[in-house]
Amino acid sequence: MQFTPTDGANALHPPHIRIEGVSKRFGGFTAVRDIDLTIGRGELFALLGGSGCGKTTLLRMLAGFADPSTGRIHIGDRDVTHLPPYERPVNMMFQSYALFPHMTVAANIAFGLKREGLPKPEIARRVEEALALVKLDGLGGRKPAQLSGGQRQRVALARAVVKRPEVLLLDEPMSALDKKLREHTQFELMAIQRQLGITFVMVTHDQEEAMAMATRIAVMDGGRIMQVGSPRDIYETPRSLFVADFIGSVNMLEGQVVETQGAEAAMDCPALGRRIVFAAGRNLALGETVALALRPERITIGQAASGANHVHGQIQALAYHGGASVFRVLLPTGTLLQVTRPNLVEGSGSTLAIGDAVTLSWSPQATTVIET
Amino acid sequence: MTPVLSWRLLTAMLIAGLAFLYAPIIILVIYSFNASPMVTIWTGVSAKWYGVLAHDQEILRAARVSIEIALISATGSTIIGTLAGYALSRFRRFRGRSFFMGLVMAPLVMPEIVSGIALLLMFVGSEQLFGWPHGRGIVTICAAHITFCSAYVAIVIQSRLAGFDTSLEEAALDLGAMPMTVFGLVTLPLILPGIVSAWLLAFSLSIDDVIVSEFTSGPGSTTLPLVIFSRVHLGVSPEVNALATIIIAIVLTATALLTFARLKRRAEG
Amino acid sequence: MRPLLSLVSGAWGRRIVIGLPFLWLALFFLLPFLVTLKIAFSPSINGIPPIGPILGLTDDGALRITLHIENWSYLFQDPSYVIAYGRSLLTAAITTVLCLVIGYPMAYRIARASPRMRPLLLILVIMPFWTSFLIRVYAWIGILKDNGLINNFLLWTRIIHQPLQMMNTQFAVHLVMTYAYLPFMLLPLYTTLEKLDLSLLEAASDLGGRPIISFLTVTLPLSLPGIVAGSLLVFIPAVGEFIIPTLVGSPGHQMIASVVFDEFFSNRDWPTASAVATAVVLLLLVPILALVWLRQRNDAKLIASS
Repeated sequence: MQFTPTDGANALHPPHIRIEGVSKRFGGFTAVRDIDLTIGRGELFALLGGSGCGKTTLLRMLAGFADPSTGRIHIGDRDVTHLPPYERPVNMMFQSYALFPHMTVAANIAFGLKREGLPKPEIARRVEEALALVKLDGLGGRKPAQLSGGQRQRVALARAVVKRPEVLLLDEPMSALDKKLREHTQFELMAIQRQLGITFVMVTHDQEEAMAMATRIAVMDGGRIMQVGSPRDIYETPRSLFVADFIGSVNMLEGQVVETQGAEAAMDCPALGRRIVFAAGRNLALGETVALALRPERITIGQAASGANHVHGQIQALAYHGGASVFRVLLPTGTLLQVTRPNLVEGSGSTLAIGDAVTLSWSPQATTVIET
Repeated sequence: MTPVLSWRLLTAMLIAGLAFLYAPIIILVIYSFNASPMVTIWTGVSAKWYGVLAHDQEILRAARVSIEIALISATGSTIIGTLAGYALSRFRRFRGRSFFMGLVMAPLVMPEIVSGIALLLMFVGSEQLFGWPHGRGIVTICAAHITFCSAYVAIVIQSRLAGFDTSLEEAALDLGAMPMTVFGLVTLPLILPGIVSAWLLAFSLSIDDVIVSEFTSGPGSTTLPLVIFSRVHLGVSPEVNALATIIIAIVLTATALLTFARLKRRAEG
Repeated sequence: MRPLLSLVSGAWGRRIVIGLPFLWLALFFLLPFLVTLKIAFSPSINGIPPIGPILGLTDDGALRITLHIENWSYLFQDPSYVIAYGRSLLTAAITTVLCLVIGYPMAYRIARASPRMRPLLLILVIMPFWTSFLIRVYAWIGILKDNGLINNFLLWTRIIHQPLQMMNTQFAVHLVMTYAYLPFMLLPLYTTLEKLDLSLLEAASDLGGRPIISFLTVTLPLSLPGIVAGSLLVFIPAVGEFIIPTLVGSPGHQMIASVVFDEFFSNRDWPTASAVATAVVLLLLVPILALVWLRQRNDAKLIASS
């Protein structure tokens, strides 16, 4: 993969954090490999990946808890590569929240302001402001143990933003919340971020969370960045099999190009047992092997063919999700395709049943060519 | 869940076990109020042995010596043991870590009689070579007590730190606190209950020690357990019963207060 | 992870944190032990202190080191030493088994008590441990002696007509040692049993294991670390126990610590006492190393999990 360091910088988000050639080795193990990344001012940037992909190590290097083995990190005009955490214009919201159990909520929030040596009335005023920001007015006198999980998360947020850092780092901010609260908190966190205008860098393993919240996402694997882009870019034009598979569900189709005609091409796909037409996106050579990503919701399922490409199959399994239904369709070739259909009208979830013969159709534009 | 033994039988065994642990102590306390000088023959309730005890100069002097030694030893071993426990749980890699750990833990498993002899032999040899320590007394007893107590302190502190979320210290650094400030404002307050209980443990180990004190004490530094031991050797005495009852009462009160404080703290979160 | 940016800042802070305890223990633990080892190979003389040199000069001025192994050969030639060692090991083993048999059901019951009761029961178990060891041993004398509580009661009820000899017997030693060491066994047992996942037992019985099978195949193997730790914590100090056999045991049945004590104070034979003491450590080396290994394994787990 190649990126220019100025990838994300545009008029809306001028560069703020520059990470240049950063690696981190622990003994013989390389956690982060030669990463170049620029994050724009005011972005809500997500580092997304599975456990051990290096996202947390990268975040800890931004916070100053880990020293890069190679490379430089700049925040604004300052080189912060080897600056200790207490001298960085950066604050962090910890996954465990790390609230000091022996201090009240107000004392937790005031902790960082006291280190700056601010006058007492100003500290008190800013603590009140921060409590109001996270809608915890009046709870300043409580101890962390007397709060609910969601309230603790708000205290952690208030404590981190009260110092008005240039950059806020969030380590798996939603991981300790239940699903319902999580969705609610996502919107709130985004609103607070817009209100404060602070650059947010968030680490998460949850692709839905990253998609929902981030302005841009870096997908990481094995210490490397696999792709950087807006949620839409990453979902609709994944550049690798890994990214396509990591973000959402996908059907992978491989075959040899047999015909090219302008923007479109055709290939023979053994898994489908037929020739399909697809949008090429770039110049393809005849005989070249290509892989296509086909999202389940881009396939139309029904009795009749309706697109340029169609195959016949039999429903092997289905799952009703309320808003949509997910089908697994077995083709005569033995291939299983996953199809998602929104349940637009009442009862539409029950019109198809296991064992039904169906036709799957999709347009040439439904697929994306993947680099292999 | 059905256990192998029935629930009721298990409960009975627990109660019997607790009775086994407490019966001798309770009997001792009761007999301390016996009027008869023959400890086990009951002649009537009396507190006269407490009066005898209050005028027993040997016991009073020994108690003073013991308390002095226990205060010094508990404080010294809390400092050394806390440093050792901190090093073991926070410095994960340094040269000779295994050796260091072995050295810290070894006094726990060394039979007291061996530690006692070894210390005495070293003190004698060192006096011959350097003229220090001049004879044996409170200084040598304290040195000996600090040594074995600090091993217990190190264990308490290490386990306290092991259950300590290191992101708390990182959060303090992240919020702008310098390393020494982090230690003072976050680490120390959070391990303070551990340090307090380690100090109390060291105090009770020191004030209860017989064997190591036997080897490292000299004339004029006879501790309370040494006096009790020599008197008990001669037989049961009602005065010792009274003394034992006072000691038990102190331990009981201290434990109750500590437990109450701990429960209160837990209730406050 | 950097070790927390070495919270006590800089290399000097670190050096003090490690160095001070290291220096103290080297001076007051390691050095005394090396001195003892040296004296164990020295000749016994009539003097103050009663130790001869092992270093000397030969007639032509060369350094001469004489290791006196006679202190050691006594240990094997004189059967009283061997018997005392054997008796110590046996007594410690009996104590360990008794503590396990009494302690396991207690620990199991406490671990399964309601969460509100558990801390209370635990404090009840620990409290005697905070009370003076000497006093707890002393308490038994009044109970066990010829005109003590038990004998008086049995005589009064006319079950016996002559007092039973309980004091100064091996029975008294085993009883009081079990009593004194029971908390050492209870705590590690409780810790492992409390952590034991109850759903494992439910799974075992769900899969058709009768209670005894579930216990033997699930509970017992999983509480083995606690059994081993508790047994070592009882066995190791029990071998070197001095106070209990001195106060309630028979003078004719000495344990090894009493032998060391007598050699040292009554016979003033410091080299032999040193040799006997060193031999006690050698005898305990296997259980001590087992305990150290257990601790280091936990320590390694701690490091790996961080």
